[in-house]
Amino acid sequence: MTPPPEGAGPATPPTPEGAARAVTPEPEGAAPVVTPRPGDAARPVTPEPEETAPAATPRPGDVTQAVAFRPEDATRAVTPRPEEAARAVPPLLEVTDLAVRFGPVRAVDGVSLRLAAGPFGLGLVGESGSGKSTIGRAVVRLVAAAGGQIRFEGKDVAAMRGPALKRYRRAAQIVFQDPDNSLDPRMRIGASVAEPLIAHRIVARRLAAGRARELLAEVGLDPELAGRYPHQLSGGQRQRVAIARALSVQPRLLVLDEPTSAIDVKAQARILRLIADLRAGRNLAYLLITHNLGIVSELCEQTAVLYLGRVVESGPTSGLLGVPAHPYTQALRSAVPEIDPAARRSRLVLPGEPPDAASPPPGCVFHPRCPLAIDRCATEVPALREVRPGRQVACHRAEEVLAGVKMGARRSSG
Amino acid sequence: MRLAITNLEVSFGERRVVDLAELAVGEAEIVGLAGDSGSGKSMTTLAVLGLAHTVGARVSGSIRLDGAELTGLSQRQMREVRGRRIAAIFQSPALAFSPVYRVGSIVHRALRLHGMTRAESAAAAERGMRQVLLPPALLDRYPSQLSGGQLQRVAIALALALRAEVLLADEPTSALDVTVQAEVLELLRDLRDRERMSVLFISHDLAVVAELCDRVAIMQQGSIVEQGPASQVVTAPASPYTAQLLASVPRLAAGAGQ
Repeated sequence: MTPPPEGAGPATPPTPEGAARAVTPEPEGAAPVVTPRPGDAARPVTPEPEETAPAATPRPGDVTQAVAFRPEDATRAVTPRPEEAARAVPPLLEVTDLAVRFGPVRAVDGVSLRLAAGPFGLGLVGESGSGKSTIGRAVVRLVAAAGGQIRFEGKDVAAMRGPALKRYRRAAQIVFQDPDNSLDPRMRIGASVAEPLIAHRIVARRLAAGRARELLAEVGLDPELAGRYPHQLSGGQRQRVAIARALSVQPRLLVLDEPTSAIDVKAQARILRLIADLRAGRNLAYLLITHNLGIVSELCEQTAVLYLGRVVESGPTSGLLGVPAHPYTQALRSAVPEIDPAARRSRLVLPGEPPDAASPPPGCVFHPRCPLAIDRCATEVPALREVRPGRQVACHRAEEVLAGVKMGARRSSG
Repeated sequence: MRLAITNLEVSFGERRVVDLAELAVGEAEIVGLAGDSGSGKSMTTLAVLGLAHTVGARVSGSIRLDGAELTGLSQRQMREVRGRRIAAIFQSPALAFSPVYRVGSIVHRALRLHGMTRAESAAAAERGMRQVLLPPALLDRYPSQLSGGQLQRVAIALALALRAEVLLADEPTSALDVTVQAEVLELLRDLRDRERMSVLFISHDLAVVAELCDRVAIMQQGSIVEQGPASQVVTAPASPYTAQLLASVPRLAAGAGQ
């Protein structure tokens, strides 16, 4: 019996230097349309990347091009590109004013998002009940939209029927939090990965098993695992299988819904490296849904922060997390535990619980818990507006937040 | 030391899953026990609670509470200790509360099982709820009507109502949102300082451990590979395994920390 690669070799930790590196390495072959300025490559991440010059953007036509895997990419964290780069190309996915209702509950209420063609990562963060998973499901048409539009390469997803819908199902795949529920316990791993290949007629039935083994190898698993059942694998291995299955149909868009929340921290680090490798190797674009700000910081150029089904802030990840413009982003950011005592910030504790989405408060939905709320916030819904290039925020007092207004922050005693 | 574990071994047949030389928690101290899944953290919790036999494991070694040995106790004697003197909270508070009873009825039943009268139980439950900063009125609700963070606080309130000396917290915030996690951590710190509670905090998340704990022990394959003040272990790890765990924690980019 061959030991599975997962857990076998020593894990290469993502280096802190890697996390701080400025420019995503462009793999050979994915020739950028825009040549990066010579100075860009060595420039460290600044808190204000939205103000830096555009970096290289791969041509949309390059999406299917295979790119050689470079081992050094494995340890390098994906780093955000400036916002302008995302705007220069037409979006792969454009969500406009999306609304999803479950009975009286407005789970998603007027959300707009743009996702550039890959390699590109958009993070959706927020607490439980913020609507982030529902958005992901609406994008792959697992739940119906009550309003708004989802366009993939310009085409309205809700209007797709027949062959067009089948093509979309191939182009956009989803990976769920819990691989136990997404893999059939009675099917061998190889058969699970081969199933979409056969269903979408991607390879002839007799070749599907071999292709499934290649996919297992691509996600860092021993192809011999093809003969096993899901329960014989660890949680991290099962999640890789779920990713291999999603990749089998050569999607251009992946929705990753809390892909590492159910597995332990070392397996999580390996999955995150795998996602970083795949985005470079396959030019993937993904919508990464997570409550972990560290994960979006490593894997997403852009981040949208959700509260009660609405986007309260969005923009380039490092700028948004470095200098939040919304008090809620600030609170989320300050709640993240830090290993390094020097990095710990004063903690902004939010009073109470998020309100009931069936009867949201008037005005700004965040105002009952907001340390900066003023009378206006209880009556007037703040519009999402641009406060810095690329940074959108829905807060009447965003300028003050950006300027560092005191919010009754307190440092915990530990 | 409130809780002192020495030469603890937990085995399933021939397979030894815990081989722990020494681990102690003092009064008003939070000690972290960190490691990967399968490192033996949770089996250590079960052994301390005297419940390892329920999963078929054999325990040897010494576990002392305020100097008194626990390992030789009968199940009847252990019931006096478990819950009342050593309380435990777990990852999923929803699983700790039966969905068909009101939260208060579950709390009262536990308190009366440990010998309180009806009146004592009502007073203790109310005091416990106030200590965890929850309105006592929540006791009239059903578990499904409380959030995960609120339920975890009720579990802690129960430990407080019984005036437990040691709290075993096994991944108590892993299932919670980061903002709620911050509140629960704050509460544990507070209880350490105000109630002089001793906490053994089990987690795979070194960032949480670094923020919360006074000391930390790193566990790998059943043994402690490193132990010391939390700030020292996470900033200058002596063991390569600790370094690996630290490197696995996703970080906010350097630029975002400013």
